[in-house]
Amino acid sequence: MANGVGNLVDQVRENRIWRSIFRSGSGDSNLRRSLFVQQNVFLHLFSIKTRTRVLEFSATWYLGALTFGTFLILVITGILLMLYYHPSVPQAYADMKDLQYVVSSGVFLRNLHRWSAHAMVFLVFAHMFKVFYRGAYRTPREFNWIIGVILLLVTLLLSYTGYLLPWDQLAYWAVTVGSNIASAVPLIGAKMRFLMLGGTAVNANALLRFYVLHCVILPLFAAIFIAVHFWRIRKDGGIYPGESAPEVSNK
Amino acid sequence: MAEDPNRTPAPDSPEEMSRRKFFVKVGVGSAAVAALGTAAFAYQYLSPNVLYEPSPIVDAGKPDRYPPDSVTMDPQTAIYVVRTAEGFFALSAICTHLGCLTAYKPDLGIIACPCHGSKFNKDGVKIEGPAPRPLPWLRMWLSDDGNLMVDRSNAIAIKQLVRV
Repeated sequence: MANGVGNLVDQVRENRIWRSIFRSGSGDSNLRRSLFVQQNVFLHLFSIKTRTRVLEFSATWYLGALTFGTFLILVITGILLMLYYHPSVPQAYADMKDLQYVVSSGVFLRNLHRWSAHAMVFLVFAHMFKVFYRGAYRTPREFNWIIGVILLLVTLLLSYTGYLLPWDQLAYWAVTVGSNIASAVPLIGAKMRFLMLGGTAVNANALLRFYVLHCVILPLFAAIFIAVHFWRIRKDGGIYPGESAPEVSNK
Repeated sequence: MAEDPNRTPAPDSPEEMSRRKFFVKVGVGSAAVAALGTAAFAYQYLSPNVLYEPSPIVDAGKPDRYPPDSVTMDPQTAIYVVRTAEGFFALSAICTHLGCLTAYKPDLGIIACPCHGSKFNKDGVKIEGPAPRPLPWLRMWLSDDGNLMVDRSNAIAIKQLVRV
């Protein structure tokens, strides 16, 4: 039985259509496996070989992978929430309440989105501390640390812009306070606040701008920088094994 | 054949620019001009020219609405109309710290902010808290039909009462 399934899998993998998509074909040789990773647009971000040591829980606590997992949950639940949410002053609050009480599974998706957002912020910080205390940020991985800092900022901006969307009292006053903090920047502060809110007060324009930032611009930036972040792991010699002192540059 | 004395110098000589260098400079220069134009365009596009926000000028109604020695808040317009024995004045109700809406506490006779605990007296002067400035006095005048008018966009430096 198991052999029959194995034969079937092999047949599918030798099939002409399959081979036109996955050129490496079947077989368990190192070459085939390497080619499979190398020739896949998503997998080629990663190394074709990884040390077993860095796949142990103790090496990373899987914090980066878990962060990416919460990001995927947030993208999927976020897209589903967008199908019922209108970013306008008369509708936003009512739509949020509809998601909670009227839409089937709406409260589940909204809570999943909210808790995943909290988890993502926590995991991003935990990931950063783990990388810091292991010394994994050092040469040659210092540029990937910078990408990580950018991703931390994008995560916080995603949280901040998402906070306004329920359009309740908490959201309104939090963004009023937050935008006034931005206006404390010397010289350009007031102009920055005006551009951010699209007006002088938190109103319809601010809701729409935060919605566009939250649903389009910031997720796009996050996806691009996540791809660079993963690719740099391979380029910088894989996940930091923590076995030896880091390489010192030849200066 | 003798060398032509008027021949153009070699392309890499420092004085004369080669054709390639010239076109690179023209290309980079036009890209820079286009980038500046795009930045200006983006800035203008992102700054709304018309704001559909409530007018800063508020009609606060007839002066007799306000009892003597009272502080009346309108949460919709975020102003206090204060009536003292001498006359009227208007205070902004927006905290000067981070823009929260303050509230008048009649039992204590002070104005307090719920967000970070700033306290002001009835003249808008800061008593305590993180607020950096007193609550601004707003320009107030009587309209032709005898209503109290307040311009929320116009803070007055010299405190003046409206006497009715």
